[in-house]
Amino acid sequence: MNEPVIEARDLNLTFETNDGPVHALKDVNLTIGKGDFVSFIGPSGCGKTTFLRVIAGLEEATGGSVTVNGKSPDEARRSRAYGYVFQAAGLYPWRTIAGNVKLPLEIMGFDRAEQARRVQKVLDLVDLAGFEKKFPWQLSGGMQQRASIARALAFDADILLMDEPFGALDEIVRDHLNEQLLELWARTEKTIGFVTHSIPEAVYLSTRIVVMSPRPGRITDVIESPLPRERPLDIRDSKEFIEVAHRVREGLRAGHDDE
Amino acid sequence: MKSVVPILTVVAGILMIWYGAAVWLNAQWTYDQAARAGIEVGFGDVVRDAMVQDRPVIPAPHQVAVELYDTVIDKNITSRRSLVYHGWITVSATLLGFVFGTGLGILLAVGIVHNRAMDMSVMPWAIASQTIPILAIAPMIIVVLNSVGIQGIVPKAIISAYLSFFPVVVGMVAGLRSPDVMQLDLMRTYHASRAQMFWKLRLPSSMPYLFTSLKVGIAASLVGAIVGELPTGAVSGLGARLLSGSYYGQTVQIWSALIAAAVVAAALVGLIGIAQRLTLRRMGMGQ
Repeated sequence: MNEPVIEARDLNLTFETNDGPVHALKDVNLTIGKGDFVSFIGPSGCGKTTFLRVIAGLEEATGGSVTVNGKSPDEARRSRAYGYVFQAAGLYPWRTIAGNVKLPLEIMGFDRAEQARRVQKVLDLVDLAGFEKKFPWQLSGGMQQRASIARALAFDADILLMDEPFGALDEIVRDHLNEQLLELWARTEKTIGFVTHSIPEAVYLSTRIVVMSPRPGRITDVIESPLPRERPLDIRDSKEFIEVAHRVREGLRAGHDDE
Repeated sequence: MKSVVPILTVVAGILMIWYGAAVWLNAQWTYDQAARAGIEVGFGDVVRDAMVQDRPVIPAPHQVAVELYDTVIDKNITSRRSLVYHGWITVSATLLGFVFGTGLGILLAVGIVHNRAMDMSVMPWAIASQTIPILAIAPMIIVVLNSVGIQGIVPKAIISAYLSFFPVVVGMVAGLRSPDVMQLDLMRTYHASRAQMFWKLRLPSSMPYLFTSLKVGIAASLVGAIVGELPTGAVSGLGARLLSGSYYGQTVQIWSALIAAAVVAAALVGLIGIAQRLTLRRMGMGQ
């Protein structure tokens, strides 16, 4: 395996709620290597988003340990080790597309010339050159989500964490964005953590697929994808693809039967 | 221009009701006068008389219009008889009070959003402050400030501010808290400081809320300035016109001052509306 970037050891997270404690993550062990594209898939309540948030330092584990680049998630967040893409694009309506992409750069104190250079570069990368001066409402949902990916890429963190980024988009747009994301991953060699509840999306994108199940949230299977890194859309009709998808589905069903 | 017809319809309706009320309420005086003189009057005489009384219970619209024309257009605006002069006195206090009140309101809202102690403590006091009748507190503000040597526009402005800070606090607290969890989390992933979160996220998000509050606030400011002119026995300002009108039974003067106040309020709210449209359009949020 490549050099490990994210490591979780016996990770536990319990939320205290009015109805008693909820075990959101139980004994999670996982290592993500540099340049991996890892998908987390499972039904709602399986802790996939929570796990991503723990990695990002937005939630704190109640037991076990996580390291990101060898540091605690909170230190990693402070050193701006990752870009995070949420389910909604969440662009600021009062900023243009370029202004939105510039936001993290302003916060992180890049100088103006560098800001402009990076905005141009990442907008090219997500195929949004020419839309700098548009406001978010002038763009389609898919384009807005691409702009939000550009925003996460702008400060060039090695890790990209994506929480169901295409969940709210229709399937045609989603296919297109999946293809573009793979291209982008190949060009930038980022390490990507990707939460989804779409089996084809997980299989198409990932080098590894982490199948999770709820109550308590845990990992039930980790599948190494046999698919090559180069993946045209029609790879989804291949035998290997269908086999992997089948195994994911079995894993999801097994997790469901435990209840 | 589609809105002109409904507006004119409403204006015509108001004028009809107004004339009707003038005839109805002014008739008694005519009947009393006639009884005293021992003569009979017909309905036509009552209507004719109701339009031209010197001190009617309700002046007819055209009497108010003539008075307004006389005191707004005909008089030199530096004259004490000019309604423009009095109007400006009140508007200047209104604007100063509006600036005080808005500033105070924004500062309190920023404190409430960023400081837990202020969050728990300030809002009940702000609400309590608005339950005290302003008519009760205005004379005391003026007396207290006068005793420390502050006179003129400032006490009136403070009464204005007392009324106008409240809608701004309420609106700005809502506005500064309007960014959702996701937007706040996004800022955390950038390790943004609280100041950056404020300037880059909370403040821009609050702009639509701010302007709505400002519209309420400036109207409240005008009420405050007029109320502030009443207990001092002020000699100038729209409040003074109302006061002297009621002293001398000059109902035409009172109604002209009321109409003038309404026009000023509409103009001030309209100006905020224009500022709102320009700002939001510049921010890409205009419709």
